[in-house]
Amino acid sequence: MLEVRNLHAFYGKSHILHGVNFNVAEGEIVSLLGRNGVGRSTTVKTIMGEVAPQGSILFKGEEIAGRKSFEIAHRGLGYVPENRDIFPTLTVRQNLVLGMKSTKHQGRWTLDEVFAMFPNLGARADVPGGVLSGGEQQMLCMCRTLMGDPDMIMIDEPTEGLAPKVVEQVGDLLQEIAKRGVSILLVEQKLSIALRISHRLYVMGHGKIVYEGTPDSLRQADEVRAEWLEV
Amino acid sequence: MLDVLIFATLNGLVTGLLLFMLASGLTLIFSMMGVLNFAHASFYMLGAYFAYSLSLYFGFWTGLIFAPLIVGVLGALVERYGLRRVHQAGHVAELVFTFGLAFLIEEAVQFFWGRDTKSYQSPDVLNFALFTLFGQEFSAYRGFMIAISVGIFIGLYYVLTRSRVGIIIQAAITHPNTVANLGHNVPLIFMGVFGVGTALAGVAGVIAGPVLTTFPGMATVLGSIVFVIVVIGGLGSLAGAFIASLLIGLLQSFAIASDVGMEDLLDLFGISFPYDHALADLWGLTLPQVAPILPFLLLVLVLIFRPTGLMGKREE
Repeated sequence: MLEVRNLHAFYGKSHILHGVNFNVAEGEIVSLLGRNGVGRSTTVKTIMGEVAPQGSILFKGEEIAGRKSFEIAHRGLGYVPENRDIFPTLTVRQNLVLGMKSTKHQGRWTLDEVFAMFPNLGARADVPGGVLSGGEQQMLCMCRTLMGDPDMIMIDEPTEGLAPKVVEQVGDLLQEIAKRGVSILLVEQKLSIALRISHRLYVMGHGKIVYEGTPDSLRQADEVRAEWLEV
Repeated sequence: MLDVLIFATLNGLVTGLLLFMLASGLTLIFSMMGVLNFAHASFYMLGAYFAYSLSLYFGFWTGLIFAPLIVGVLGALVERYGLRRVHQAGHVAELVFTFGLAFLIEEAVQFFWGRDTKSYQSPDVLNFALFTLFGQEFSAYRGFMIAISVGIFIGLYYVLTRSRVGIIIQAAITHPNTVANLGHNVPLIFMGVFGVGTALAGVAGVIAGPVLTTFPGMATVLGSIVFVIVVIGGLGSLAGAFIASLLIGLLQSFAIASDVGMEDLLDLFGISFPYDHALADLWGLTLPQVAPILPFLLLVLVLIFRPTGLMGKREE
């Protein structure tokens, strides 16, 4: 589905990504782990075209490096940013409608389905998005991306600042999304959710991938966790 | 007294709605670019001139439809090939660009159409009195101006608040990156908004041309008032621009219609001055005489007491 090869990125003169390599297969949940500032968010922003890439990014076999964000989104790659950029003055329903790329094409997800999955969002469909709780805003943000019927989504720190129970709900939703054939790249700092739902994991350090494995192998790799993940 | 009140209100409404047609486009474009488009009133002038030329060959109604379209396409091209490139150099460059564009358009208008006033006329079909009240006529053309303006605003309001396109525009103005990540072509949306904003200015020019006269200085005359409006209303606020437009329209028309002056004011306090006093001209000022400076006076007051404008939000 997604194959990133020797990806480099710069902020001004600062070299942030130093040749990142990884891949995500169809229907797979893959986590990108690492401490703050190692380049996880930059990796997804670069894939999405927000930061200029150097290297190769193949999505569904097609080179997308250098394409504009909206073109990449149109090819079926969804992105849920870290800052939960919901539109506070628009209603929940309008926020979701905004995620649809076209009104003609009916995707895997409909408004009714989203409201059935999240009765909280359904009950507050006509309320401005800004009044929702942090957890509800996160759900809204994810559902908004789903309305565009992506084949793969990249989610940046969806559980940040959320209560443990809500974190569990987010995990369940991600598994449900993957069951419908949507690949997921989860960018996380929290090991617990990543270990629970991922098929495979990558750990980043100093702008490149320093470890690749499965949740079981990472659980046993004490030295990797100590060096690259635990604070 | 009642006749003055009714006609001043109606005329104020005509001016106010016309001003809003310019202010709404300017406000939308400001929200999007983050700078004021100094050339906005120039598109209004172009609307009037294009409509004048078209009306010579095809009549008024063809001008009404096609002049705003031509202006809108020109506006979109200016955004696409001018502002979008200049944008990378920052706000000051954008500001200077629109400032220069205003001069360029004024010079071009003088070059192609000459410096004289054009006899751009309202259509014969509308040359009758819509109604006569207290022996005073209200022309059908002014009624038509109100109808067109109101119609456009209802349409604009509906599109911006109810349609999917409007939702995308609202979101793109505040969160362009997020909207792009959802698969919407933000530069195209901005070009469209710029085009529609300038086309609205074009419509205002088409319908105002026959009433406010079509001459090369018309952009400067109305342009300064429109800037006053967007500042009084609060930069970036459509609702504020609407209130400020009507406020200025009514303020001016009531000031013109009134027959009070400084002497009346001084009489209230029992003060009088001889007619041969050195400052007699000042004591003899009437409200209709100072009407043109009232919007600017209001601007100064708003800037002193409420610098963010009526509906503007303070920038953090």
